[in-house]
Amino acid sequence: MKTLAPTPGLFMRLGAPPSAIVAGALALILVACALLASWIAPYDPTDLSSFELINAELPPAFTADGDPNFLLGTDNQGRDLLSAMLYGARVSIAIGGGAVLLAATLGVSLGLLAGYFGGKVDALIMRIADVILSFPTILLALLVSGIARALIPGAATAEWAPVILICAIAIHEWVQYARTVRAATMVETAKDYVRAAKVIGLPPWRIMLRHILPNVMSPVLVISTINLAAAVLTEATLSFLGVGMPPTYPSLGTLIRIGNEFVFSGIWWIALFPALALVILVLAVNIVGDWLRDRFNPKLRVKR
Amino acid sequence: MFKVLLSRLGQAALVMLVVSAVSFVMFRYVGDPVATMSRENASVEEKAELRRSLGLDQPLVVQYGRFLTRTLSGDLGISYRNQRPVTELIAERLPATLELVIVATILSLALGIPLGVLCALKPDGVAARLVQALSLVGISTPTFVTGIVLILVFAVSLGWLPSFGRGQVVDLGWWSTGFLTISGLKSFILPGITLALYQLTLIMRLVRAEMIDVLSSDYIRFAKARGLPTRYIHFRLALRNALMPVITVTGLQIGSLIAFAIVTETVFQWPGMGLLFIQAVSFVDIPVMAAYLLFVGLLFVLINTVVDILYAVVDPRLRARSA
Repeated sequence: MKTLAPTPGLFMRLGAPPSAIVAGALALILVACALLASWIAPYDPTDLSSFELINAELPPAFTADGDPNFLLGTDNQGRDLLSAMLYGARVSIAIGGGAVLLAATLGVSLGLLAGYFGGKVDALIMRIADVILSFPTILLALLVSGIARALIPGAATAEWAPVILICAIAIHEWVQYARTVRAATMVETAKDYVRAAKVIGLPPWRIMLRHILPNVMSPVLVISTINLAAAVLTEATLSFLGVGMPPTYPSLGTLIRIGNEFVFSGIWWIALFPALALVILVLAVNIVGDWLRDRFNPKLRVKR
Repeated sequence: MFKVLLSRLGQAALVMLVVSAVSFVMFRYVGDPVATMSRENASVEEKAELRRSLGLDQPLVVQYGRFLTRTLSGDLGISYRNQRPVTELIAERLPATLELVIVATILSLALGIPLGVLCALKPDGVAARLVQALSLVGISTPTFVTGIVLILVFAVSLGWLPSFGRGQVVDLGWWSTGFLTISGLKSFILPGITLALYQLTLIMRLVRAEMIDVLSSDYIRFAKARGLPTRYIHFRLALRNALMPVITVTGLQIGSLIAFAIVTETVFQWPGMGLLFIQAVSFVDIPVMAAYLLFVGLLFVLINTVVDILYAVVDPRLRARSA
């Protein structure tokens, strides 16, 4: 076996099990497909002239009455489902990624502040975090989107939907970052190099950003993987509930919502294919995230 | 002890005050109640009159105070959409949601505990690996997808089970129950499973982790050394101790299950509080949204506080730390 093995790649050297490698590759392929949607999709689902009602609700190409032009069938407006899914996945990933980015920025900053200054700053930030954490993600997200919808006049809600969604998801996710970074910062702040930096009179923001931050970043990356999966799921849930992306610019969740209305008429593909894509995407990211977490968690490593 | 109790209650009151303030701000500033409630061509005087009669010309603190007193006396306003008191609406929907949550909790415990024990006792067995892999799939599958697939298979293709509503319900005065009729019981199956799956993975993973922890402790090793029967060690000694945190988490999770039922209720058109709330969100029915927030917030705070206090009663170490 030894002679057959190729030079160990990055993943191999990190000791990744085959499942994590496969999942990682799958996640990358899916993300790439989604990002390249405008080039690889057979049709442009945002172009109203490209689809006709005559083609509505065609079953997938591989079934008996399928149309070879539409590999996975069409939706209720005659849109090619595969193209809609590719574009939808792009929307889902963009919103998920945006939410993780916002949550990480907010959480890391607040975590650094709380861990570095301690005292009242720490108490205030962590109390807020406690309160937020005691409510489930979905409830907070619904509240934020409810308030936002009420504040933004009806016509503009569709345009603002991605921003609202990103904020709605990030409001819960930043807490985990803040807690982790706070704990790590407290450890770092007690170390000699930080004390030395304080003694030579560097301003606190410089110590936090230039000296402590690089040392507390690795758990942040691990959390981000798992949070990305969670964020994509939350986005899908909100869109499914009808408070996320509008049908004119659908994410995977919106597509499932549209499909759900046709499930009872036996038109299963509109709901099922986007759902499958969503589950595979989230599962792949979760497997990678799980492995990363185990790998960077020294407690678990000792046990194995 | 008294100090812990007091600080915990104080914290709970503070959180409730914040939740009620958010709720009040929503009520007061999101949309203009006067514009919503007055006639389309109302004159400026009429609007001013309405504003005065609603007390909206008073200072903010006074308004908030009034809001609190009204809320405490059970008056949560009138739904913009249904034109009915919100309290009435919620009371009407509460049984449906609570019954669904109870069914889901029982189901998830009944499945999660045995599966967790299985995974802990034979961590390298085929069954355990399969369950572990499936649990990852479970985490990655959103509830609404599970629901849709269940509907497709059992309601649309096979036609065995109803896919929406509660079936026939029996009115017991202020409570309507689906437990007493065949169609009501049948209606529980699909939504119950869907909601339970959300909990199941969590309970299973928790039981597994706790069991593994307990099994490596000294008293279990001592019991083995004494030659006690394996079955007795596993189920009488280990499982009992592993279940303590499971019970706590299950209790704590009831709140999130109620909130999470929003999704299940939407998929199955289950006439509970979640469906009421989601309809309120899409119609910007602020009083209903605010009331739901207050209600679920109160539930959360109550559950958390009771658990914390019970913990302090049971575990003296916690008392020393927080006092």
